Amino acid sequence: MATVTPDASQQEPELKIVEDATCTFCGCVCDDIELTVKGHEITKAKRACVLGKAWFLNHSVDDRPSCLIKGKPAAVEEGIERAAHILTKARYPLMYGLSDTTTESQRVAVSIADWVGANVDTTTSVCHGPSGMAFQGVGEVTCSLGEVRNRGDLIIFWGSNPAESHPRHFTRYSLMPKGMFVPNGRKDRTCVVIDVRKTKSANTADIFIQLKPRSDFEALWTLRALCAGVELEAEQVLADTGVELAVWQDLMDRMKASRFGVCFFGMGLTMTRGKHANTEALLALTRDMNQHTRFVCKPNRGHGNVTGADNVVAWRTGYPFGVNLARGYPRFNPGEYTASDVLARQEADAAIIIASDPMANFSEPARQHLKSIPYIAFDPKETPTTRAAEVAFTVATYGINIPGTVYRMDDVPIPLRPAFDCHHPSDMEILQGIEKRVQELIALEVPASEDDSSLRPVR
Amino acid sequence: MSKTYIIIPGRTSEQGVGINEGKFEETYQSEISVLQVSPEDMEELGLEAGDWVRVTSEHGQIEIRTKVAKKGELPAGLLFIAYGDYSSRLMGADTHGSGMPTSKGFDVKMEKIATPSE
Repeated sequence: MATVTPDASQQEPELKIVEDATCTFCGCVCDDIELTVKGHEITKAKRACVLGKAWFLNHSVDDRPSCLIKGKPAAVEEGIERAAHILTKARYPLMYGLSDTTTESQRVAVSIADWVGANVDTTTSVCHGPSGMAFQGVGEVTCSLGEVRNRGDLIIFWGSNPAESHPRHFTRYSLMPKGMFVPNGRKDRTCVVIDVRKTKSANTADIFIQLKPRSDFEALWTLRALCAGVELEAEQVLADTGVELAVWQDLMDRMKASRFGVCFFGMGLTMTRGKHANTEALLALTRDMNQHTRFVCKPNRGHGNVTGADNVVAWRTGYPFGVNLARGYPRFNPGEYTASDVLARQEADAAIIIASDPMANFSEPARQHLKSIPYIAFDPKETPTTRAAEVAFTVATYGINIPGTVYRMDDVPIPLRPAFDCHHPSDMEILQGIEKRVQELIALEVPASEDDSSLRPVR
Repeated sequence: MSKTYIIIPGRTSEQGVGINEGKFEETYQSEISVLQVSPEDMEELGLEAGDWVRVTSEHGQIEIRTKVAKKGELPAGLLFIAYGDYSSRLMGADTHGSGMPTSKGFDVKMEKIATPSE
């Protein structure tokens, strides 16, 4: 009788537990997740929310090739070579994305942009870019999420729906925790949701204020006036905001009576008509409130390391997004150097898209132009952007396969604790290869004329 | 002449889950390709869940299935759609010097259609 020896390849994969893993799906960056890992698969993600579970449980190793050139499998080295040629030949290359990768990769990416004189922009420009402009105009009265957890007794969500976009926001930071100065947790806090529709977050609120669509600016200036004690006409306020003056007065009374007020705001402000003027009004209101009590406001940031992207681009160029490096020094101008504009106006002649999906999210003119130029895309998964790319790299997933650092939405850096290895390279390894090759190609360049030499930053 | 509505593209939990499963998979595709309409607007247009409408903005046009929004979630005149290809097709490219196209709260026309044209 034959004896069957178990084949090593058929053995049960090793089971391991990863403590305090970091979820990078949204800006909450929860770093208390317990992962159960079986080989190259995460089978449980304890304490993760619905989005965190989907993030961890759906990022097993992708069996696509690590590199595709024009849709055909190619060696990674070949992809690096092609990418370096695309970037060095371009007269107006665009670098875009960066919000779903590590801070370490972002640094290398911005270096490449500097070498080739690219226009560098992050997903911030179509998220909280207008807030970034407002921070520069007004300033930001801010704090960490730890302070909100321990002190916040009046929590306002304006144009933000964390119940769906940041599901653990309430339980981990803003509403439920028992903190040092709010020992009874939720009972010690008042929650106000202000939105144009009654979102799932509104169900959590003590007070829900339903605004007339596109009246955030008017509503915020109503509150600024009430904060300053200006008398307002009730009929005018109702016509402007769709909400009774008495409701705004009640809110202002609560804001002034709070010991530590917080307003989290979302893209309801930044994406709606007014954009940076809306967020400027909120930041100014927050500043005004500090004549009466301690009050802060914070944007609810979406992607796992979009805050890191702001930080890294700011360290490297002095500006957080929408930066043009073509002249060898940085120029910042939202509307001129932001990706959506550069593409829709058909200015960019090549692009490198890192960890984002503009082919799904940009306007039609921007998408049509991106499709028409050579571009390089990086993503752990197949997306509309990787499908149309000249060079598409399938990369390891940050926080699941590779370590590094990400910035939580309150600018607190958090380390990643990966769960298992992956045969795909990290985007940082590929970017380092591209940077090296770009430097070599630039060194070989002989300017054909003085005009040509002026296109490349002077080193 | 069809009536003017205001459309709010936004995030949903299902869309977030779908992104992780894969953008070409069922969860994501089904979530981004349905328009939420208030019960009052459904009734006014004679729509039932699953019926098709043509939505036209200043910048683009889509044909999409409808779904009744939960009672009280959307006031009459306001539409909701999860971010994705369909919502992007309605968006304009002009960012008004901000880098951000007006992606929420813009005007659209909506009319009932029997079946999609393609």
